[in-house]
Amino acid sequence: MSGADLDPHGGQLDVHGDVSVDEVELAEELAGAGITGTGATASADAAEYALRLGDDALVLAQQLGMWIARAPELEEDVALGNIGLDLIGHARSLLHYAGTASGRREDDLAYWRDEREWRNAWLFEQPNGDFAHTIARQLVAATYLVELYAALAESTDPTLAAIAAKAVKEVDYHRDHATQWTLRLAGGTEESRRRMTVAIADTWPYIDELFVDDELVEHLAAEGVAVLPSSLRPAFDAVIDAVMAEAELEPPTGRTAFVASGGGRRGSHTEHLGPLLAEMQVLARQHPGASW
Amino acid sequence: MREASVARPLPDDPAARRAWDVAATVTDPEIPVLTIEDLGVLRSVDLGDDGAVRVQLTPTYSGCPAMEAMRDDVLLALTHAGYADVRVDLVLAPAWTTDWMSEAGKQKLRRYGIQAPTGNAPARGSGPVRLQLAVKCPRCDSLNTRELARFGSTSCKALYECRDCLEPFDYFKVL
Repeated sequence: MSGADLDPHGGQLDVHGDVSVDEVELAEELAGAGITGTGATASADAAEYALRLGDDALVLAQQLGMWIARAPELEEDVALGNIGLDLIGHARSLLHYAGTASGRREDDLAYWRDEREWRNAWLFEQPNGDFAHTIARQLVAATYLVELYAALAESTDPTLAAIAAKAVKEVDYHRDHATQWTLRLAGGTEESRRRMTVAIADTWPYIDELFVDDELVEHLAAEGVAVLPSSLRPAFDAVIDAVMAEAELEPPTGRTAFVASGGGRRGSHTEHLGPLLAEMQVLARQHPGASW
Repeated sequence: MREASVARPLPDDPAARRAWDVAATVTDPEIPVLTIEDLGVLRSVDLGDDGAVRVQLTPTYSGCPAMEAMRDDVLLALTHAGYADVRVDLVLAPAWTTDWMSEAGKQKLRRYGIQAPTGNAPARGSGPVRLQLAVKCPRCDSLNTRELARFGSTSCKALYECRDCLEPFDYFKVL
């Protein structure tokens, strides 16, 4: 696997301020590891599951970061940046945990995996599009994540339960943000309503993939470790339907041109992930071990 | 305002209490009037028989960029106070809520110009559209305020404006 032969932390720890820490024995996790959660080591299966969740969060965070300085108003630069930051926090905890199974660090997983090794669903790698497309993607993503983390907080895996309990209230704010914008755009001008309608239609084909069960999650759900994605669908639909009704929007009906079917969990991705990873990983790969 | 109901028990042992008091001098780099004790971020301080100090901090938000600075500051504060073997861990469970902020901390926040969280941490919002309690202006105490942005200068704060004194202010969101 990538990253095994790297020494990403050869550099001096950069402690802020003008204090010398030569004499201090730094704890292992001070050298860049994220939140320890429970200090537990993940099983191979739990690590794969954490990788899926962590990749969803990290890819979405990277997309949202692209809006900073480009959003329709300053408050949205800040809001989308902050939402992305929350997601980075979730991704760090999840990737840190995923890495414990294979002796890799969160940065190894973020910067040294190639496209086929990413496990995010296709929804998260879809481009930002216009502001309405980003909001539609946020509405679907945050509604799904609220249900996921609320259920995962009951996991028998203490680390996943802790990460989820922390994350659920944050993604609740994200869902509220997306809901308010959906209502505002749908109820705004003719143009904003048209764009929101198009964005909903373009985003809907990616919903089903979020709720696909496969052997891994079925096995982990039986142990109480993971949440069965299909079990989240009714609650997700109820929330989305309520928002659609409030916005007086019609969710797309009938068969769309295609339906994303779950390839993301196996490392099969759309053409959008490669360029996103290239931008995200370029610095780490040009300067291995650099720290700031 | 009533005192938050979540107890963070101070160490009983006087020696551990001294280490706690050193760690409790560290402030939030984003909100320098608040110590990590005021915030409820300082979870526990344990002193081993061999003099090793183990500190547990808990993040306010998952992605809070100030956490690593606070962790380093705790490490340095204890090292400078003469503790040779110090370890600081970030723990997620049980998850931090704004209920853990001390009453003293809330008063300091208000004096600093940031309105403290109103009410207790909610369970998940009921229904897709959330109700918002009125937030008092920290400068003139008017309730005639409005939210400009749910996400303010940091993840933990929203941006408000007061319609009476016309000043903008930050509100520390309930989590």
